[in-house]
Amino acid sequence: MMEVVTVPPFERFYEEQQGPVLAQLRGMLGRDGADDAFQETFLRALRAYPTLKHGRHLRAWTLQIAHNVAIDALRRRRVTSAEIPDLESVDEPLPYEELRRLTAELPQKERAAVFLRYGYDLSYEEIGSALGSSSEAARQAASSGVRRLRRKESP
Amino acid sequence: MTVSAELDRRFRDAAAEEGLLDVAYEQHDTPVGRLFVAVTDRGVCEIHYDADPDTEAERLARLFGSRVLRSPRPTDEARRQLDEYFAGTRRDFELEVDLRPAREFGRAVLDQLARVPYGEVTTYGALAAKAGRPRAARAVGTVMNRNPVPIVLPCHRVVGSTGSLVGYAGGLDRKRLLLELEGAINPSLK
Repeated sequence: MMEVVTVPPFERFYEEQQGPVLAQLRGMLGRDGADDAFQETFLRALRAYPTLKHGRHLRAWTLQIAHNVAIDALRRRRVTSAEIPDLESVDEPLPYEELRRLTAELPQKERAAVFLRYGYDLSYEEIGSALGSSSEAARQAASSGVRRLRRKESP
Repeated sequence: MTVSAELDRRFRDAAAEEGLLDVAYEQHDTPVGRLFVAVTDRGVCEIHYDADPDTEAERLARLFGSRVLRSPRPTDEARRQLDEYFAGTRRDFELEVDLRPAREFGRAVLDQLARVPYGEVTTYGALAAKAGRPRAARAVGTVMNRNPVPIVLPCHRVVGSTGSLVGYAGGLDRKRLLLELEGAINPSLK
């Protein structure tokens, strides 16, 4: 039987998730873009918060929102600027910076699955919950993402 | 990764500004100690002495909804009026209160309590009578003990029929201090 995990007060959720969210956003957007995206991420989370049925997989849920916010911001940048965003302006090297580069061209679902699995070490159950699919589908998305990367690397 | 104070403040302000919070709260230092002050969009819903913020946030989430966040701005007006009260420049609070969680009798008693004037005291029995249950002095005591918004709803002005202070959720020292501040009791009488 699954243990019932109640949704915590937003304050606690925000305190627990703010660090990882900021890290992910800086990795994807650089320092300046991350600040606006940080606020947008938690406002989106706040709007959706009453719809949560339980408090499981909140990390994955939040990182997925942050991911979506960052993707939106990057799209806007492409529209407004011909320059490639200055992703190197992050002052501390992030462990998943490499992963971000590697996975940049994967289909979005596979990219998210690989990112959450290998960048954040989330379980497939958590990833499935974040992506709105089963854990099995999350496992398949991650492994087909990895296969695709291997094919790309070997000539 | 640490979120800067500025970024943190901006989010807490924006959350309130967009009307996304069930409850906003802030801690506030006063002459009777640190108060936990919480508001909903309907008014002040909680003032608490010696609060553990996490515990209070859990409780408020159960009562009003899970979107409970420390966000100072919505509590500014209540905290300003509390400052004025402690400075002696305010006698009456002009604040809405949100008593949704109170039961019927509790609410009737709290409504009557709100009418006890600054600097005066009444008794548990008198308040029970005004709330329509003259023999319920003891039940009134319980309502006072659980008063969600002390100071603003002045349960410190309710004393025993012999004039003894009886009890106070924030401790008798605070009750005495508030009554002295209002000039309801002489500091030399203990």
